Amino acid sequence: MLKITIDGHTTEVEEGTTILEAARKIGGEIVPPTMCYYSKLKGSGGKCRTCLVKVSKGSENDPRPMPKLVASCSTPVQDGMEVQNITSPEVLETRKAIVEFLLINHPLDCPVCDQAGECDLQDLSYAHGVDTSRFEEQKREFDVIDIGANIKLHMNRCILCYRCVYTVNQITNGRIHGVLYRGDASEISTFIQNAIENDFSGNVIDVCPVGALTDKTFRFKNRVWFLKTMDIHRNCPTCAGRAVAWMNGNEIYRVTGRKDEFGEVEEFICNECRFAKKDVNDWIIEGPRKIKRTSIISVNHYEKLKQGAIINPVDKKIEKPSEI
Amino acid sequence: MGRKILLDKIHIPDIQTFKVYKDNGGYASVEKALKKMTSAEVIEEVKKSGLRGRGGAGFPTGMKWSFLDTKSSNPRYLVCNADESEPGTFKDRYLIDNIPHLLIEGLIVSSYALGANTTFIYVRGEFKQQIGILNRAIREAHENGFLGKNILGTSYSLDIHVQAGGGAYICGEETALLESLEGKRGNPRLKPPFPAVKGLYGCPTVVNNVETLAAVVPIINLGGDEYAKIGIGRSTGTKLISACGHINKPGVYEIEMGITVEEFLNSEEYCGGVRNNKNIKALIPGGSSVPILPAHLITTTAANTPRLMSYESLSEGGFATGSMLGSGGFIVFDEDACIVRNTWNFSRFYHHESCGQCSPCREGTGWLEKILHRIEHGTGKLSDIDLLDSVAKKIEGNTICPLGDAAAWPVSSAIRHFRHEFEFHVQNADIVKDIKHGSLSKYLKKNFSLNSIY
Ligand SMILES: Cc1cc2nc3c(=O)[nH]c(=O)nc-3n(C[C@H](O)[C@H](O)[C@H](O)COP(=O)(O)O)c2cc1C
Ligand code: SF4
Ligand code: SF4
Ligand code: FES
Repeated sequence: MLKITIDGHTTEVEEGTTILEAARKIGGEIVPPTMCYYSKLKGSGGKCRTCLVKVSKGSENDPRPMPKLVASCSTPVQDGMEVQNITSPEVLETRKAIVEFLLINHPLDCPVCDQAGECDLQDLSYAHGVDTSRFEEQKREFDVIDIGANIKLHMNRCILCYRCVYTVNQITNGRIHGVLYRGDASEISTFIQNAIENDFSGNVIDVCPVGALTDKTFRFKNRVWFLKTMDIHRNCPTCAGRAVAWMNGNEIYRVTGRKDEFGEVEEFICNECRFAKKDVNDWIIEGPRKIKRTSIISVNHYEKLKQGAIINPVDKKIEKPSEI
Repeated sequence: MGRKILLDKIHIPDIQTFKVYKDNGGYASVEKALKKMTSAEVIEEVKKSGLRGRGGAGFPTGMKWSFLDTKSSNPRYLVCNADESEPGTFKDRYLIDNIPHLLIEGLIVSSYALGANTTFIYVRGEFKQQIGILNRAIREAHENGFLGKNILGTSYSLDIHVQAGGGAYICGEETALLESLEGKRGNPRLKPPFPAVKGLYGCPTVVNNVETLAAVVPIINLGGDEYAKIGIGRSTGTKLISACGHINKPGVYEIEMGITVEEFLNSEEYCGGVRNNKNIKALIPGGSSVPILPAHLITTTAANTPRLMSYESLSEGGFATGSMLGSGGFIVFDEDACIVRNTWNFSRFYHHESCGQCSPCREGTGWLEKILHRIEHGTGKLSDIDLLDSVAKKIEGNTICPLGDAAAWPVSSAIRHFRHEFEFHVQNADIVKDIKHGSLSKYLKKNFSLNSIY
């Protein structure tokens, strides 16, 4: 076992564990945010750089600090390592820069985006972003396209985390979905706009941290924070059949995988469960599901404003409702 | 005349052919290594020589070779990096054009040292002619028993394959090169694991530059100790420098490391001084990725000692007052050159060549380019200069591969040393706007949108 200390919390992990997984083991505030790493997808991580941390002591054998910030999701723990995340101003400053980079070409169209309320980029910007932009240029623009009968791709919103690419490569049977072009002209696409037709293709929606891949059967139907979440299951011949229903009254608006506290699905579900079973009678309802993530759905993350309250644009203080 | 050990024979007519090359002492190092030395002894000589990688980073080659995982039961590979695409660098192409068998000879000896039986040369896609030259040289070596099964009657066998790249600068980065060689998209890999442990097809692999591998030939012929006497300090041996820009005699020169920058720039043997009797304004000593040096820091360092053509001397003073030897692309700017325009040009290159995998580089290179475009075309603001510097600093050190750094350094250093030129562009927008930009003007009329790669 290897000993590692992150922001003063010490734990022991097995050889080969990454700093991020060690931090998740400790839990709480010190877990670095992730936008591209996904523990269920082999090879994912290292790309978005939001999980950068500072290694202030390399290991017991070589105590020198690492010269650069490292991606915690893809750096293995060394015995005796000491890591700073939220205790390092440098890390927080860099994280702010990463959020800025992720947002400069992002359309900021949350008001019309289905992901709003459960979006990792929204949460990340809320925690580490600033409320003005230094970017004055034209943002890059792409057309909205369909990939398959039930999936919409809004490339403008994509942060190129490659999660969907790994998903399609690993849980479906073909390299039909990938990245075209390079640099900031890169785009996610299926092979010449081919549909990804596979029983499990819908999972790309769940792994997408932003609103780039959305469920067409749910598109513009409702806001996630107006819906009740229920753990449901059914006897499915294709997948394990364990899912979450997003309901209003007796109506199922959409079905997704069950996500853990880090926003990762516990099990991938099949397209039949996701897109076709929208009747309560198709499912056995287990009971309410608590959304553990710090999103708008799990109340009190965003500051609640009293009705009519306004935020002073200068000092950012919340002002009382005005008299008029 | 400086000592030449790589390009000493290129004046011999038809040295590109196997016969002439062999008759002039070529392939002696193969005979020596394969028949009289063990592979460990070859590695030992390379270690003793102090040879450092000529691809840009200057990592000691002997040490890199000794990292190769020899316990693995997988095959080992040597890959020669001939993707040369860095603006200002054109030495590998020159070597392949003029003396291709030197590279093949170096490859045979190096592959023998590393225990590799299959070796690849990854050549930049645009180098069609050089691909032909290499294939011909390999065929000739094959026909004469220097490649194939049981070379020179020994138990050692080797095949060399030439693979053309698709024309992406990023495929010169060693792990992107390996991805591309495997037939995938050329995205750099996360390190660790390093190629020495998990490289091509997951097997232990060494990636070296063309010039590095060619230098193995004189090292074996002379002996490592003798090679180490050439040069200065930890910069041993000779280095190919591709000189370009506003000089009288652009071209590729082999220098003994340690000659002064002054001599290289002004002597008739090398660059022959700045063109049209003008003064020098700036120098980029190691290809587009390294920091730019202003006139007063070119021939002397900040400590007022003569600046030498060596790894150490060129980087003396760190980034504040120094630069890097890099890949040896020596780019000279005369007093009339526009630093802003040049910086914009480089930024455009890095923006175009970023693989787009990690967010700071993907988004940052484009942002830098757009701000520089604004300043260069007379619509910049004074605050843009600090913004540029801030964006560059946020890319630097936070990316997967060094391309991010390479995009940031030229910008930071240009602002550090030539802030007044940026300010001039902002404050004299009307003048700047009216300057005709030659062949580039046609691009400027286009809608400035990113999806159109220009
Ligand atoms: C963006 C980028 C481009 C590179 N291009 C080249 C190249 O064209 N040729 C080369 O030899 N090395 C290039 N390198 C350096 C290689 O990654 C690697 O360090 C080198 O091939 C190692 O060989 P050496 O030890 O012999 O120098 C590049 C590196 C980066 C980050
Ligand atoms: S579409 Fe979504 S999952 Fe795919 S790369 Fe873009 S942000 Fe990531
Ligand atoms: S630094 Fe740039 S080129 Fe290198 S991996 Fe990241 S995006 Fe790709
Ligand atoms: S989560 Fe580690 S780099 Fe994206």
